Amino acid sequence: MNFDFSEEQQMVRDSIARFVQDDYDWDTRRAIVASDTGISDTAWQTFAELGWLSIPFAEEDGGFGGNIVDTMVIMEEIGKGLIVEPYLPSVLLFGGLVARAGNEGQRSTLIPSLIDGSTSGAFAYLERQSRFEMTDCLTRAEASGDGWVLSGEKVVVFNGANCNQMVVLARTAGDQWERDGLSLFVVAADAEGVNRVDYAMMDGQRVANITFDNVSLGAEALLGEAGAAMATVDAVVREATIALMAEAVGCMGTLNAKTLEYTKTREQFGVAIGSFQSLQHRMVDTMMAYEQAKSLLYKVVCEYKQDPDSADASINALKVLVDRNAKLIYGEATQMHGGMGITDELDIGHYAKRLMMINTTFGDARFHRAQYMEKSYAA
Amino acid sequence: MDIAFSPDELAFREEVRAFFDEQFDDELVARLRSDNFKEAICEWQQRLHKKGWIAANWPVEYGGTGWSPTQKYIYETERSERGIPGVIPFGIGMVGPMIYQFGTQEQKDKFLPGILESTTWWCQGYSEPGSGSDLASLKTKAELDGDHYVINGAKIWTSYAQYADWIFVLVRTSNEGKKQEGITFILVDMKSEGIKVNPIISIDNEHSLNEVEFSDVRVPVENVVGEVNKGWTVAKALLAHERTGIADVAQSKRNLRLIKQAAEEEVNGGKRLMDDPGFQARLADLEIELMALEFTELRTLAAMSAGGFPGPESSLLKIKGTELQQATQELRMETAAYYQGVLPNDMDPEVLGHSWTHEAFRNYMYGRAATIYGGSNEVQKNIIAKYVLGLE
Repeated sequence: MNFDFSEEQQMVRDSIARFVQDDYDWDTRRAIVASDTGISDTAWQTFAELGWLSIPFAEEDGGFGGNIVDTMVIMEEIGKGLIVEPYLPSVLLFGGLVARAGNEGQRSTLIPSLIDGSTSGAFAYLERQSRFEMTDCLTRAEASGDGWVLSGEKVVVFNGANCNQMVVLARTAGDQWERDGLSLFVVAADAEGVNRVDYAMMDGQRVANITFDNVSLGAEALLGEAGAAMATVDAVVREATIALMAEAVGCMGTLNAKTLEYTKTREQFGVAIGSFQSLQHRMVDTMMAYEQAKSLLYKVVCEYKQDPDSADASINALKVLVDRNAKLIYGEATQMHGGMGITDELDIGHYAKRLMMINTTFGDARFHRAQYMEKSYAA
Repeated sequence: MDIAFSPDELAFREEVRAFFDEQFDDELVARLRSDNFKEAICEWQQRLHKKGWIAANWPVEYGGTGWSPTQKYIYETERSERGIPGVIPFGIGMVGPMIYQFGTQEQKDKFLPGILESTTWWCQGYSEPGSGSDLASLKTKAELDGDHYVINGAKIWTSYAQYADWIFVLVRTSNEGKKQEGITFILVDMKSEGIKVNPIISIDNEHSLNEVEFSDVRVPVENVVGEVNKGWTVAKALLAHERTGIADVAQSKRNLRLIKQAAEEEVNGGKRLMDDPGFQARLADLEIELMALEFTELRTLAAMSAGGFPGPESSLLKIKGTELQQATQELRMETAAYYQGVLPNDMDPEVLGHSWTHEAFRNYMYGRAATIYGGSNEVQKNIIAKYVLGLE
């Protein structure tokens, strides 16, 4: 048993931290979010040059061959720096789906361009009615000649506003909620019949609602086996959920550190407010909340590393715990920063909003608790 | 980052299981529940000692196991799964490490064998009627008279003083300087003249706690551990040790397992309690917090094996561990419904038809002490705020 990181993992951690310090400070981040695209091409090029975009991909696909621990390290740093660039939607979701389900042709076309940063990807899965149930899918692809015709609408597509390629979850058979009959298609963002409505979320990320109006796709657009998408989707979302929880842990740790620092310097009644016992005890509570979330993340990562199929109940548990502990941490951070805590100028509220988005992504605590109970207590 | 058991560790687990299956026999279980608790638990500890497993946390040179964190985890998990009691902490867990860390060669030779062999029963003289969480305010005083200290005062909440052969005591040897200075850690023979043990019946209707009075008790100066007036250093080291085991994740895990078992049998209006969504949600929240705490404990163990002694972060384990113990005990009492109120000594559990509710009652009631002893949880928060967060 060990909870150590390899030398390479330490180096990646340090280099992302240095990048945030030198090139992605709070003012820079604010300017990026306020820009037209809401992301930074310069930053993404740095990601590519420093190899961060290659880490999760297999060596035979031109990647670094990293594992879940490497992904955790990257995402934790992304969380600390509140980096808004689309690592999760482009590299982990789009890239993950292509890497897992793609044939050699698809992988060799798409993965190298993801790694060099020229392809920006997204995964269009959510629909207006589907809430957290991915199989609730009305978007359909009908076989036509050698290829397919895709029709329907996806909403809140992460990186949907900026991607040039996407993977779309669509029904090729079966009824609305059926697990069988779902398929994945690679669709170019500028294909005819694809229309996007872009908008920003509260955490700064740019998403899109995307309609597909009889979009003609070639046979090569199908990713993996027709009708059997969910096994791939589950595997990719499972890994992306762990990654997202690592980002949350990064956000939580930074919020605690910033709040602690603030209470040591902010004076009221002639003393630092951190000298008040009522605040001290609450900061111990938030520290414990952070450590507990980190511990459960480590458990999940270790279990997943041993056997990805064995970690599902623990992932549900982690989602529940991070939801609860993040709420405590950003609530206390906001409160202890006083009036400044509720301004747009200070970063505290932006960490809070990111954590709120993380908590609802891939299912909220209620959803995951129900899943956990089903797995653990069903008669 | 890896928790996979190696072949050696899997073999160790088999060895632990085989040992428990063979040595923790039904006859011993019966005796542990009888009036001969002391004799039975000492015999069990002697079986552990014979196997070389009595002192999991001691260095090998003093008779410890030399186990890795993983081995300790495996051992504790297997032990707790079977409901096997832990080693009584006062000798092995508390005074022993202080003696090998701070004591003289003579003290090591004299006391460590009796601790390892469970032939000497130790108790802890820390709290006083006037000094609870503010331990350093203690007033029991020891005055030098030739080559003896003469001790006067009283200690309280002393677990199992009625069984004890020796007591380790914090006494005041000086009133100069800060209150933490002037405290000395000293070992006292319970057979000494002038010691009186007064029983305290606790909220679970049992007798494990006592008040220990000292009236002109004469103790040789060579029984001081560490330096005179520097006992606070020893006291703090001991509390850090005490706090690491105090989370007792394994016990809470066992309790949750027993709750689930009971909830499958309890029926309300024809519906199993286990199928009640509200009950399930509470169970889930407890299990989830405990899963996390188990890894917090493992992280601490791993850090300790790298750095030696536990630091102030062990306070976190104490706070979270005892909170979860109590929440689990509470849920178990609720699961017992009316039977939670049946007094163990007034009703045979077999006649009652709910054999587990007596244990639920005792655990819940005595469990209220957990957030108070070993430094109350509020004091633990002060410690973390000061030493970990750097807040003054």
